[in-house]
Amino acid sequence: MKVFWTYVCLLFFSNALFATEVNIYSARKEALIKPLLDRYTEQTGVEVNLVTGKADALIKRLELEGANSPADLLLTVDVGRLHRAKQLNLLAAVESQSLNEAIPEIYRDPDGFWFGLSLRSRVIVYAKKSVSSERLSTYEALADPVWKNKICVRSSSNIYNQSLVSSLVAHLGEEKTELWAKALVSNLARSPKGGDRDQIKAVSVGQCSLALVNTYYLAGMMTSKIASEVTAASKVGLFWPNQNGRGAHVNISGAGVTHSSTRKEEAMRLLEYFAGEQAQAWYAENNHEYPVRAGIAMSETLKQWGEFKSDQLALSKLGELNTSAVRLMDRAGWK
Amino acid sequence: MSSLGLLSWPGFIPDWIQRSRFHPWLMGLILIASLLAIPVFCILLSVFLDSGDVWQHLYETVLVSYILNSLALVSGVGFLVLSLGIIPAWLVTMYKFPGRKILSWALLLPMAIPAYIIAYTYTGMLDVAGPLQIMLREFFAWEYGDYWFPEVRSLGGAIFMLALVLYPYVYLLSRAAFIEQSLCVLEVSRTLGCGPFRSFYKVAIPLARPAIIAGLSLVMMETLADYGTVQYFGVATFTTGIFRTWFGLGSSVAAAQLAVVLLMLIMLVVILEAWSRQQARYHHTSNRYSKLIRKPLRGVPGSIATIACVLPVAFGFVIPAVQLFIWARQTWSDVIDKEFFALIGHSVELAAIASVTAVLLTLFIAYGKRLFSNPLTSFIVRFLGMGYAIPGTVIAVGVLIPFAWLDNSVDAWMRLHMGVSTGLLFSGTIFALIFAYLVRFLPVSLNAVDAGLSKVRPSMDEAGRSMGLNAGNILRKIHVPMLKGSILTAALLVFVDVLKELPATLILRPFNFNTLAIRTYELANEERLAEAASPALAIVLVGIIPVIILSRSISRSRTGHD
Repeated sequence: MKVFWTYVCLLFFSNALFATEVNIYSARKEALIKPLLDRYTEQTGVEVNLVTGKADALIKRLELEGANSPADLLLTVDVGRLHRAKQLNLLAAVESQSLNEAIPEIYRDPDGFWFGLSLRSRVIVYAKKSVSSERLSTYEALADPVWKNKICVRSSSNIYNQSLVSSLVAHLGEEKTELWAKALVSNLARSPKGGDRDQIKAVSVGQCSLALVNTYYLAGMMTSKIASEVTAASKVGLFWPNQNGRGAHVNISGAGVTHSSTRKEEAMRLLEYFAGEQAQAWYAENNHEYPVRAGIAMSETLKQWGEFKSDQLALSKLGELNTSAVRLMDRAGWK
Repeated sequence: MSSLGLLSWPGFIPDWIQRSRFHPWLMGLILIASLLAIPVFCILLSVFLDSGDVWQHLYETVLVSYILNSLALVSGVGFLVLSLGIIPAWLVTMYKFPGRKILSWALLLPMAIPAYIIAYTYTGMLDVAGPLQIMLREFFAWEYGDYWFPEVRSLGGAIFMLALVLYPYVYLLSRAAFIEQSLCVLEVSRTLGCGPFRSFYKVAIPLARPAIIAGLSLVMMETLADYGTVQYFGVATFTTGIFRTWFGLGSSVAAAQLAVVLLMLIMLVVILEAWSRQQARYHHTSNRYSKLIRKPLRGVPGSIATIACVLPVAFGFVIPAVQLFIWARQTWSDVIDKEFFALIGHSVELAAIASVTAVLLTLFIAYGKRLFSNPLTSFIVRFLGMGYAIPGTVIAVGVLIPFAWLDNSVDAWMRLHMGVSTGLLFSGTIFALIFAYLVRFLPVSLNAVDAGLSKVRPSMDEAGRSMGLNAGNILRKIHVPMLKGSILTAALLVFVDVLKELPATLILRPFNFNTLAIRTYELANEERLAEAASPALAIVLVGIIPVIILSRSISRSRTGHD
């Protein structure tokens, strides 16, 4: 019992004891953020506390904890969830000159509720052995029956597929996108399973000729310590879709200051650090993501893929259209 | 068979206890059970919320496939675990064959491997891009499509994966039951002319039925709550549907309602089972066991017995563990740092606290149910059993709701009357986490202890009372010593389950607090399987220790056992 009361007292006063700290609810995995946070603490003396988890579960926790939630920042790996958190009034608008300068307008919320921190593109990978890149052009062209039984893609429960389809809905409208999704499903070489790396492996052994994957998964395999991953990655090529049109689909990882935060100023400083040159270079080097900020040196792997044209669609659109995208994929039979 | 005793027990409880409506034990039972029932209750309440047209959409598109896949999965796993569990349990209890001693405990080892880990390892080995198929292609100069190979990531694959790690529940409980069976009964059946197979079907199985059913229902509930395996294999079940509805369609209400439908299905099964069990109640008539003499099996029968017991261990433990070890050897230097030991510490700490608490509560509840057997108590206990079948994430939200409400109400009151803010007192603490584990895993320990308790003859209680012992003393001095095996089983099952638990830990844990399961998941989810192998292997190693203790104590629990 004594221990219990000590514990309660500690909980009461813990806020007062550590005045300079920031609490993060992060959908980004610990390994992909902790090193940055440690560096921040080293430089500023501000303690950063972290809970990682699935974005929707963290949003639910934030929502239920309400005004007393200890979280100061919500970090997610896709824009849809940031949009959802904003809709639920869980985020607060912040005004920061340096954030606005560092991050291009399309990669942040117009009112300052959330800010993009890194970019990832969903691209087509192809089997070098059987497909020449000249046969590839756009996402839309994946619906062409010449690719019957040739395409691999993961489940439509995955947020990256949902975002891609949302972007198609934004550009083509719901009806056309549904037809596209149906045609894509009939072109699949196998029922959707596994993650993005699995699709790359399936292409590498010839189970399919094409797959839709996020860029950093391919980069991760190319630089992996596991020989079989490197071999598999060497057998596929990366193709940037829609380069003669709107550009390749991109999504962000990003963050917003929470509505309940009592340390909005400190939270904003941390956001500014994430958007700073040092942190941006770290993302690019360690997880092969594209920096949101211009003029950052990229990893060797990213350099080798060259420059690409990215879709300029306002990212908040992806969040708005997410539900209709999922329903459409349900109707199309995309598992 | 009439000697198997058909004492119906309400009669043995003295009227004064039955009539004392406010007996502290009964009040305590109702209080604890009500607290633990709140999360499930919160989920049930979602039925009254409006979820818009989501149901219409689900009904038109995916609902039927969710139901069919879930049914196929649960019946496939159920069938497999019965064969994988009961046959080895019978063999190691009754016969002597090469390797019996090692196999008797090794058969429990798969329990230490989380289902999604075994799914990842088998996929790594057998997938189209895995080493085995690559080797085949290179050796025969085949291309993909030139040959047939079973697809691991399919409904059938999911059934195998889940059965391989879940059969130990059936093995464990049925073996304990076989060991406890007084040998006289089996001898009588033999003298009456039953051959070994007939005594197995006609006598041993019916006697062990409560234990077998208890194990089977745990397996079925865990199967229905599984998310990791089916999601990875792309099998659309109720669980994946719940998350798709919540995360994808953005409707947490409809997701909770789906969970309620799942719950109703399970409740139906549980009630049917209880009803069918009422037809027959068996108690042991004697605690005197003659020394068990195992019949030696030599030659072909001996080899068959060995193979029957080796197969589940080989596929459920040895092969995946070796694969994990190979991966871990390639990557451990990147993964094992000084924080790694903190992860082990956290995992063990949570598992230990949860299992001790679970056992204490279980004894209180199970014995309370025996003392005050009335519709109310049995309903409460049954309701508590539901937690196990609900996906951990949904339970976690059910735990968050009442705690957050309590915290915010206290805070509001303190602000108003005292002018201070208390913030969140329970949400985001270990306390809330342990509470969630209890909601989720209490059914495991209740099942184990209840199965043991139902075999203790009511006359034991009478004897105790006639010697002037009160209820607490009867529990402590008579039941606890007799139930030692069941209690240990309960504690260790909860321990291993908490060690493997992921979704509730993920949502409810405090800041800067990670476990082995979380580290494994984070790496595996980023598709860094090789790196995930080290923490996964650590879960297995920590989990093996209690499994071995458990097994040794079971074989010793039998009086006159060698």
